[in-house]
Amino acid sequence: MSATMTTAATDHGHEAHGEHHAHHPFQAHHFDTMVQQFDSAKLGIWLFLITEVMFFSGLFVAYILFRVNYPEIFAYGHQFLDKTWGMVNTIVLLFSSLTMAWAVRCAQLGQQRGLITNLIITIACAAAFLGIKYIEYSHKIHEGLLPGALFSYDPNAHHGEGAGHDSHDSEHSTHVTGPMPARIGLFFSIYFCITGLHGIHIIAGMIAISWILYRSIKGHFGPEYFGPVDYVGLYWHLVDLIWIYLFPLLYLIH
Amino acid sequence: MATTEIPAGSGLVQPLGRSTAPDNFLTHTRGFASWALTLDHKRIGLMYLACTSSSFLIGGIMALILRTKLLTGNSVSWMSHDVYNHMFTLHGAVMVFLFIIPGIPAALGNFVLPIMLGAKDVAFPKMNLGSFYLWIFGAIFLVTAILAGGLDTGWTFYTPYSTATNTSVVLATMGVFVLGFSSIFTGLNFIVTIHTMRPPGMTWFRMPLFLWATYATAIIQVLATPVLGITLLLLICERLMGIGIFDPKLGGDPVLFQHFFWFYSHPAVYIMILPAMGVVSELISTFSRKPIFGYTFIAYSSLAIALLGFLVWGHHMFTSGQSKLASVIFSFLTFSVSIPSAIKVFNWLATMYKGSISFATPMCYALTFIFLFSIGGLTGLFLGALSVDVHLHDTYFVVAHFHYVMMGGTMVAFLGGVFYWWPKMTGKMYNETMGQISALLVFIGFNATFFPQFVMGARGMPRRYYNYLPEFQFFHQFSTFGSYVLGLGLSLAAFALIYSIFKGKTAPANPWGSATLEWQCSSPPPHDNFSQTPSVNHPYAVETQVYDPQLGGFRKDPNVVPLEH
Amino acid sequence: MNPISSLTSLFAQAPAAIENGFWFPAPSSTIAAEVDWMFYFILWINIVFFVLILAVMVYFMVVYRRKDMNLPPTSTSHNNTLEVTWSVLPSLLVLLIFYWGFTGFLDLRDAPANSYEIKVTAKKWNWTFTYPNGYADSDLHVPMDRPVKLIMGSDDVLHSLYIPAFRVKQDVVPGRYTSLWFNANRQGEFQLFCTEYCGTKHSEMLAKVTTHPSGEFERWLDQAVMKLDELPPVELGGLMYKRRGCSGCHSIDGVAGTGPSFKGTFGTEQAFADGSKHVIDENYIRESIIEPTAKVRAGFRPVMPTYKGQLRDKQIDGLIEYIKSLKN
Repeated sequence: MSATMTTAATDHGHEAHGEHHAHHPFQAHHFDTMVQQFDSAKLGIWLFLITEVMFFSGLFVAYILFRVNYPEIFAYGHQFLDKTWGMVNTIVLLFSSLTMAWAVRCAQLGQQRGLITNLIITIACAAAFLGIKYIEYSHKIHEGLLPGALFSYDPNAHHGEGAGHDSHDSEHSTHVTGPMPARIGLFFSIYFCITGLHGIHIIAGMIAISWILYRSIKGHFGPEYFGPVDYVGLYWHLVDLIWIYLFPLLYLIH
Repeated sequence: MATTEIPAGSGLVQPLGRSTAPDNFLTHTRGFASWALTLDHKRIGLMYLACTSSSFLIGGIMALILRTKLLTGNSVSWMSHDVYNHMFTLHGAVMVFLFIIPGIPAALGNFVLPIMLGAKDVAFPKMNLGSFYLWIFGAIFLVTAILAGGLDTGWTFYTPYSTATNTSVVLATMGVFVLGFSSIFTGLNFIVTIHTMRPPGMTWFRMPLFLWATYATAIIQVLATPVLGITLLLLICERLMGIGIFDPKLGGDPVLFQHFFWFYSHPAVYIMILPAMGVVSELISTFSRKPIFGYTFIAYSSLAIALLGFLVWGHHMFTSGQSKLASVIFSFLTFSVSIPSAIKVFNWLATMYKGSISFATPMCYALTFIFLFSIGGLTGLFLGALSVDVHLHDTYFVVAHFHYVMMGGTMVAFLGGVFYWWPKMTGKMYNETMGQISALLVFIGFNATFFPQFVMGARGMPRRYYNYLPEFQFFHQFSTFGSYVLGLGLSLAAFALIYSIFKGKTAPANPWGSATLEWQCSSPPPHDNFSQTPSVNHPYAVETQVYDPQLGGFRKDPNVVPLEH
Repeated sequence: MNPISSLTSLFAQAPAAIENGFWFPAPSSTIAAEVDWMFYFILWINIVFFVLILAVMVYFMVVYRRKDMNLPPTSTSHNNTLEVTWSVLPSLLVLLIFYWGFTGFLDLRDAPANSYEIKVTAKKWNWTFTYPNGYADSDLHVPMDRPVKLIMGSDDVLHSLYIPAFRVKQDVVPGRYTSLWFNANRQGEFQLFCTEYCGTKHSEMLAKVTTHPSGEFERWLDQAVMKLDELPPVELGGLMYKRRGCSGCHSIDGVAGTGPSFKGTFGTEQAFADGSKHVIDENYIRESIIEPTAKVRAGFRPVMPTYKGQLRDKQIDGLIEYIKSLKN
């Protein structure tokens, strides 16, 4: 990746692509060529993705430390996470990555309808993901499975069937085995911080894709100029990738 | 662009006899909006310069008030314990986050970097302006924090104190969080600009060393700052929701915060010092009229410092209770990072050998830098040595050490850089004598302020103390008198600069004889920097520049064939 | 005061300020000599390097000062031999410094097995030193010529225990124990500081360290305990209240903290968490100290640790008298 960019950077002075117009409407004045502009933004978005990885890495380090120090809270806590919903969400996000990649391809090929359709599907998938997260979150909030000091889940209250809860709730609780460890709140601190931050990135992604969608409808993109679709696509894949790590690390552990 | 129709002033060399360029970036457009919404890197640089310098003034006044309190070791009626604690916290936070970190990269770097590179602008001008406004928002958050209860955690926000105190920690950390993104955007912009905006002929090894330094700095900004971001976010969650990650009562680990914090904040020390070293490399070469000695070694040492700087954070934590093994490894790596700094100092000295050394104000500051930075760097050896650090940690010795590096290093280089590029920025020459006297006063005042702090630190005076024992009074009073001299020197420097705007002589395009590109356009530069892509020689081909008494500065001699140094 | 006279008075203090050596307070532990030696070793390396840099710089500044605006004769701008020399030589020196610092550090960190252990509790803004026999004091007394290990914990935020004369320092972290050790070898009274910023009165979180020659320390400890017993009960109770941590949760001004305030409670009838009501009398206080969770006042959590075996009868009696004295 970077190798192509550096070569492109050093010989950007040449008219690498002869078919370029003298001035594309979206070429900023301080760039000599569209290629230079594209390479700059592409390098920029990759650097931004690196900062995102570093941003999440703090939480991953916290995860590793607490998992090593207190494995019991993870063994106990993960039982409260709904693997089915987690799996569904993983599939939803993977699918959205596919449609996003497809949208980039459509932009490059100038397929206006395909571009718009794929972007709409991507946004819909993102919304579905958030909807499912809402279901998961509200269930946990309802049960008092909350971070740190707010944690108020009472394991004894759930032994008897239907003790003030509808059957749906107690169905989830019956799978829990073993005594509740001290510090269990830390598991939910990490769960909420890391999935919450990821959720915020999903929302940011939806805003960015909506902006791309708006510009697509206005017909800004085509084989000559598709950079923004590409950049937002890269961001979306990263958000997707982070979930691919989160799902096994939080839901599928023993 | 309309401006390209006016060829004058935008060429490589200012024509003889012309006193002012008809169009430059300052006069290109007028009005408040033309500044507030500008995408011109030069104007953004100047706005950064004004804002960071104002922060420095505020932080400096706080420092003088603190030092005045410390004339006595007893409680004083005009300043309570809490006010003192708030003030040293804000002095640290303002100086670190609002002044030193953005000081050289965002203010001087923004102005100079694209011109030095031969580009019209940075790669992302809108992001550049965004970065400036993030700085403003961050500053507003900090000010709000001061008004809404203040902040008394120390600039390091150590948990669990920061989660327990009833001051505005959330607002202040939000401010620092936002400032972090300002810093990331600047860094990201510079990396991309250096990679993709170089004109033909500007190869990596034809870049002035200031660009190498800014590049290395930008790498740190992009890689380290996000970690500070997540740390502060966790701290905010800790305060608002009690997530317990740093709270021992809930099973969390307060020392983890220190690891996270220093993972950013130690590399941040290099965000502060690397660009300063870059400035000094330019100054020493220019004012010795000689190409820099050991160009590649200085360039690579910047990268080495940037990379090694990521591996030494634990040396802030030798007494924190981290494992012995960790302390030993961190100590070892800490010593390794001292070598590239030493290499730079030796190369600067070698540059002066057989030169023609001018003592213009920027050079006075550069020489002051070498003196003070050497002391700052060498005293770091005490702190890297484990057994000695245990005694010196969290005493005034540490305070003195980092002031020698941060203030004696970065701030002095910043001043040198401002005096150096001032004619380019404003088109005005300042009064040379005033500038030189300011440098002398800063030199004397600085040493008088901070050298006694080494001694009292080694004798056991802890830092962040409102009251102190009588045995330390001599050192404290000496230090306070020194700080007044230092304040006087800095005020004189500010006066010399501001006075020049109104009364200064018109500056020539190249007053110092440097061969780097920013001196090849007019002073001040035109809106687009270069109307035609400049021809790029070796940045230190000083032999191409000849002095022209009529200009009062240097011009390029077309007959000289530049050497590849 | 005019500047001249204030400067004169400033320098009049100088001789007193640097007695016992310029850089350090007099070394007073076995480790101190080692640390000082290391410090001076680095100091001399620094002086040599700094003088070298300064001399070269000043020499060049004088000899090569600008005389005219002509270009100086071209000279070389790189020399790999020179670069390697001035990279490798300092590297070797700093490796040496690292190694000695590292071995010194191991000596600092590893306490000998037969150390005399003292428990340290830090809280805003005082220290409590608890000896093996249960006696607690806000100043530190240690035997000389014998390794002493401090096992330290914090009740609130980070603190750091620092004794400059012994050249030792260690952060005190809530939620875990840290330790440090030293072997004091000079008789006298030394200063102890808190060096991790901990809030308003951080600069007043001080204590004195007194060293006692071997044999005398034990005598001092016995006497200290006896002296306590000789105090009138109310004073003894007040002392216990301050030194043994009661004050952290129980105020004497009527404001409830983690626990109820002591003010004006004695003899009153109070509601308890289990719904019952009791009069606060001598027996209730005694029970609350020895078995704190037996009867918990309504509105408070059962979080008080037991003091069984940590307070002697006389001290409990003192506390009861002290609480009585706060009736109104």
